Amino acid sequence: MKARVTVMLKSGVLDVQGEAVRHALGTLGFAGVNGVRQGKVIELDLAETDAAKAEAQVKAMCDKLLANAVIESYRVELA
Amino acid sequence: MKAAVITFPGSNCDRDLAVAFEKAGFEVTRVWHKDTSLPAGVDVVGVPGGFSFGDYLRCGAIAAQSPISAAVKAHAEKGGYVLGICNGFQVLTEMRLLPGALMRNAGLAFVCRMQGLRVSTTNSAFTSNYASGQAITVPVAHHDGNYAIDAEGLRALQAEDRIAFTYDGNPNGAMADIAGVLSTNRRVLGMMPHPERVVDPVTGGTDGAPLFASLISGMALA
Repeated sequence: MKARVTVMLKSGVLDVQGEAVRHALGTLGFAGVNGVRQGKVIELDLAETDAAKAEAQVKAMCDKLLANAVIESYRVELA
Repeated sequence: MKAAVITFPGSNCDRDLAVAFEKAGFEVTRVWHKDTSLPAGVDVVGVPGGFSFGDYLRCGAIAAQSPISAAVKAHAEKGGYVLGICNGFQVLTEMRLLPGALMRNAGLAFVCRMQGLRVSTTNSAFTSNYASGQAITVPVAHHDGNYAIDAEGLRALQAEDRIAFTYDGNPNGAMADIAGVLSTNRRVLGMMPHPERVVDPVTGGTDGAPLFASLISGMALA
């Protein structure tokens, strides 16, 4: 099955890239953008077919490698 | 005294670091990241600067999972010395040998310049040959040197005198101007500036030399 991991900086951690994007949007005339947060999406193609096992696997991958818990949070979606 | 310098794919300060160790009197062995053990009797492991694994995923994240990294971790956990510079500092935070994380520079630009630093503590084998509060000039060259740590972690670093160097004029937005931090046992140092690039007047200065000299004399006493 497939899994999609979304990794974002934790709220409270200043996202300097998101801020730069927000400024650029303002420069382009898009008014009213109060905030931009930039993260990353990681798609995994897994051999596992059991959803609960797959989710546990992917969470372990996030904790060990895909996200840095010091500054980032993650969300796992299975499909 | 024996030093080992690790090379990851994309490391580019490994040779400079080996030369700096040698100049201070260390016997240096170069170690490839796919090796699974350190040479016998190694006293200090150097984790060099560069762009290991192209900075993919996060700076230092993939290198922290390299085969040699388990050996580096074991070396640190049994009280061995480890020095991580620039990308090496990022690798050590990703290995959780040092607290905090290095984020994208606040100005978003790669910063490459001579940088004023202050020696925050002389209470470590890496900094004992400096004077407390001494101003030194060491080059920085990084895109992700913005040191971040939670409030509790910062208080611990300050209370335990584990901030080794701070910036004079913050180049990257690092919390509390932090340029380098020590582990709880003070034997692991990570820093963004490059002391190995200033150990010879030919390359623009010698303010990094006392770090390597401190280390060899400090380890001889320990």
